[in-house]
Parts: sequence; C-alpha cells; structure tokens
Amino acid sequence: MTLDDEALRELDDHLFRRESGRMVAALTRIFGVHNLSLAEDVVQDAFVRALEVWRMRGVPDNPAAWLMTAAKNRALDMLRRERTALRFAPPPEMGRLLDTEWTLGPAVNEAFDVHTIRDEQLRMMFSCCDPRLGEDVQVALILNILCGFSAGEVASAFLIGRAAMEKRIARGKKTLATSKTLFDLADAEFVPRLAAVQRALYLLFNEGYHGSSAEQAIRAELCAEAIRLVTLLSEYPPADTPATRALAALMHLHAARLAARVDAEGDLNRLPEQDRSRWDARLIDDGLSLFDRSMSGDELTSFHLEAAIAVEHVRAPSLAETSWDTIVSLYDQLMALQPSPVVALNRAIAIGELDGASAGLAALDEIDDRDRLAAYPFYHAALAELELKRGNATDAREHFAAAIQLSRNPMERRFLERRIRQSGAAS
Amino acid sequence: MSEFIYLYRTSEADRRAAMSAEHAQQSMQAWLAWMRGLEAKGHIKNPGNPLGTEGRVVRGQAKTVTDGPFVEIKDLVLGYTVIEAKNFEEAVELASGCPMLAGEGSVEIRPVAAMA
Repeated sequence: MTLDDEALRELDDHLFRRESGRMVAALTRIFGVHNLSLAEDVVQDAFVRALEVWRMRGVPDNPAAWLMTAAKNRALDMLRRERTALRFAPPPEMGRLLDTEWTLGPAVNEAFDVHTIRDEQLRMMFSCCDPRLGEDVQVALILNILCGFSAGEVASAFLIGRAAMEKRIARGKKTLATSKTLFDLADAEFVPRLAAVQRALYLLFNEGYHGSSAEQAIRAELCAEAIRLVTLLSEYPPADTPATRALAALMHLHAARLAARVDAEGDLNRLPEQDRSRWDARLIDDGLSLFDRSMSGDELTSFHLEAAIAVEHVRAPSLAETSWDTIVSLYDQLMALQPSPVVALNRAIAIGELDGASAGLAALDEIDDRDRLAAYPFYHAALAELELKRGNATDAREHFAAAIQLSRNPMERRFLERRIRQSGAAS
Repeated sequence: MSEFIYLYRTSEADRRAAMSAEHAQQSMQAWLAWMRGLEAKGHIKNPGNPLGTEGRVVRGQAKTVTDGPFVEIKDLVLGYTVIEAKNFEEAVELASGCPMLAGEGSVEIRPVAAMA
C-alpha cells in the first residue's frame, strides 16, 4: 500500500491559523473565557494529533472538519474526566448541561456548530476590545486569539520583543478572565464597544498597510485578517452600521493597491510609479460598493472620509488626472473631525500636488505638533519630495538622509536610498 | 530492494512543544514534502500508522499489567513507516531528511529480516 496523490494533497497555507481562532471560539463557549488556557490546550492537542496522523496517513479530505472533530472529542474526554474532579467552573450559560451524558454531547455539538462559531468569534472580538485594555493590547489579543498568531508572530509584526509581547498578551488574557462569559451582544454597552472594535480593526489593518514590519508577507496577512474580521462584523446586522461599511470600504480600496506598492524585487513604489493595472479590480469593486452602502444614514465618520479619499485615488485614471482639490477638501474635513499629525502630513502632500511644492511645504510648516512627526521617516521623505519638486536637490538629499536614519526596515531604507540617488541625478 | 521500518520517536515534552498554529503549519508542510519525496522515488512500501500514546504492558509469567509501554518517557514511539531501500546505507540516508529530526525526535531504522 502506498500513499495516493490525494493524501499528499497540498495543505492550505493558513489552515491551522484559521482553524485555531474558530476552535478557540467554540471551546470558549464550553469552558468559559476564564478557562481560555484550557481551550488553548485543547487546540494544541488537536494540532498534535493532526500532525501525528496526517504525516503518515496524508491530509484528509476536509482537514478543517477533521481538526474540529479532534478538538470536539478531546473536549468531551476532558469534560467527562473533569465531571468527577471538577477542577474548573463551567460558565453559567453552559450551566448543568455538562453534568450528564444526556446533555453533554448535544451541548458540545452545538458549540461546534458553524453558526455558533461565527457568533462566538464575534463575541470574542468584542471581549478583546475591553475598555480596560489599551488599544495595543486589544489588537494583540485579536491577532493571538482570533487570528491564531503566536506571540512571536505578533511581536514581529509590531517590531517589539517577543518577551514584551508575551507579557502584553498575558496581561490582556488576565483581564478577559475576570469574566466567565464572552461579551453579550445584547448588552447596553454594544454601541460604544462596537466603536472600539472598529478602531482596533482599523489599527490592525493600518499596521499591515503602513506598518513597520519588513516582512511583506506578514503585512499582507494582517490586512487580510482585518478584512476577514470586518466582514464577520458586517455579517451581524446590528454591527452592520454605515461606519462598519465605510471601514470595510477603506480596507478593500487600500488592499486593492497593496500589490502594486511593492515591485518584484520587494521594493516600495511611489504612487507615481505604480502600475495601476496591477490594482486588484475585484477588491476595488467590492470597496466601491461598500462605500456606496456606507452612505445610508447621516453619520459621517473618519472612516467615511478616509474611504472617500481612497475612492478618489482608485477612480483617477492617472496621477495627473487625480482630483486633488476633492482630496484636499476631504483632508480638511478629516482634520476638523479627527485631527492628527499624520492626517496633517497627508493633507500637506495633497496640497503640494494641488497648489505646488511651496504651498505643500507651507502646509507642512503649519502643522502644530510637527515634533510628533519628527521620528516618522515619511515626514522627512515628504519634505524631501517637496524640496525636490521645487528644484532644491541639496535640501532634498538632506531630508532623505534624515529619513534613512529613521527607516524602520530594509525595504524603507532601500526605497529612500534609491530616492536619494535619483535626486542626485536630477540636480 | 530491501525493506526497512522507520520508528519515529520523541519525548512527550517535545511532542507538545510550542505547538502554535504557525509551528503546526510548518511542521506539516515539511512532512508532506518529505513524504512526497520518498513516494515519488518509490521508497514507500507502506506509509504506516501513527500509534496512540496511551498503552499497557503485560509482563512475565505473572502476567503483570502496567500502564504505559514506555520506561523512558523520552522515548515515545509515535508511529512507523515501512520503506524500501537498496541497502541500510540508503535507508539511513533517506531518514536523515525526516522532519522528526527538527525537534528532539529521532528515527530508528530497523531492517525487516528476510525469510530467506
């Protein structure tokens, strides 16, 4: 007997990671959030079992279902053993269901039902965005629990040490464990908590899109995970608000341009150099239709404005034909609604396109809290680009050099070094 | 061609060490690649089976039953594969690519003794 080609089939790239979040969601329903580590142990067991069986017998037809069954059986074993010892307190909503064989099986089956899993993932997302936790902790928890990223992977995405990230995640889980059940979506706190979830997903996406990690693959995954979770959010009608749609729209429209931002050598491309035919047409279509649907209601959020700016970019046939006056006025509104140094920086760049380099530099000069941008390499790069446009190649090179000093990864460094070489040639 | 058995061994600790999704994914991909390689060259006589890690041992004339087949928990047999190779050297050579060796695991190579 030999292994057939079927059993040696390709393994889906993110199978374990994706199923990890789903299994933890189902298991948390059974064990309670205060027993999250128990749920994580069961997931680990399922992974160990899968590896041991699959590596000799090959990957099964439906590996996701196989993993779910392994986790379910392991949970049942544990609950039967624990029934006498009872070393853990089950959550109130499971109540006495786990006590007898009559209800144990059905209760566990119910927890592993696809609809339950979807709801529990949603509740987990809301639990992770607990107001007692800082936004950095919320995002780390989402990545770890819902997206199956190890502490090491989250750490490398955020360019911080693994030990520090482990601590951050542990702190977050301790806070989660103060409750026995996940966030109740019918709770009066739903609306403020929804805003926190949107904000965390926005940060998660931004970390992928603008973030500091050098690994293009990691960053693309962060963007993909943010889109998956915002889609999950919008599938739940009370969470499908205009703001959620606008957030989903801006993620789709930005993600559409992700591939074109980096060339075959893994180097960053500036907007003028991007091959617009490499923008993802399907993501653009989805983004535009989400944007249309975000216009219902009278709520105008920063997500709407950012999505509107992205719409202008994807609709422009070329850089020269971009409607910079619309973009500048959207940035004006964004500054009025939610001022930040980075928004001000982007506004100044748009003004530079609309009214010329000197106007752009003047706008940069007017930024109140400019010192907060001093450590951001693209602030110096923006100064350099505007000086270059004005014909001051010497000043431009100095600003590029300052940007290189601050570059956060080899990709940024290579990009800036190329710009310095190009500005030398121009002088 | 001669037949050999690969016995995959590891410790209980290593078996469960840092089994994150990422680790599981990488490990499984490495095993698939290794198995594909052996299969493509016709070395796999029988992909074998994983063994459960629980066990009983019956010993001696008193037929004493004890739990666990393993004296040494460091030496857990996780499964086996029957392979075909020209000789012992080739069987050892093929085993050296086994992903089991990435951790604390080992592959024991035993020839299946021929009848003749």
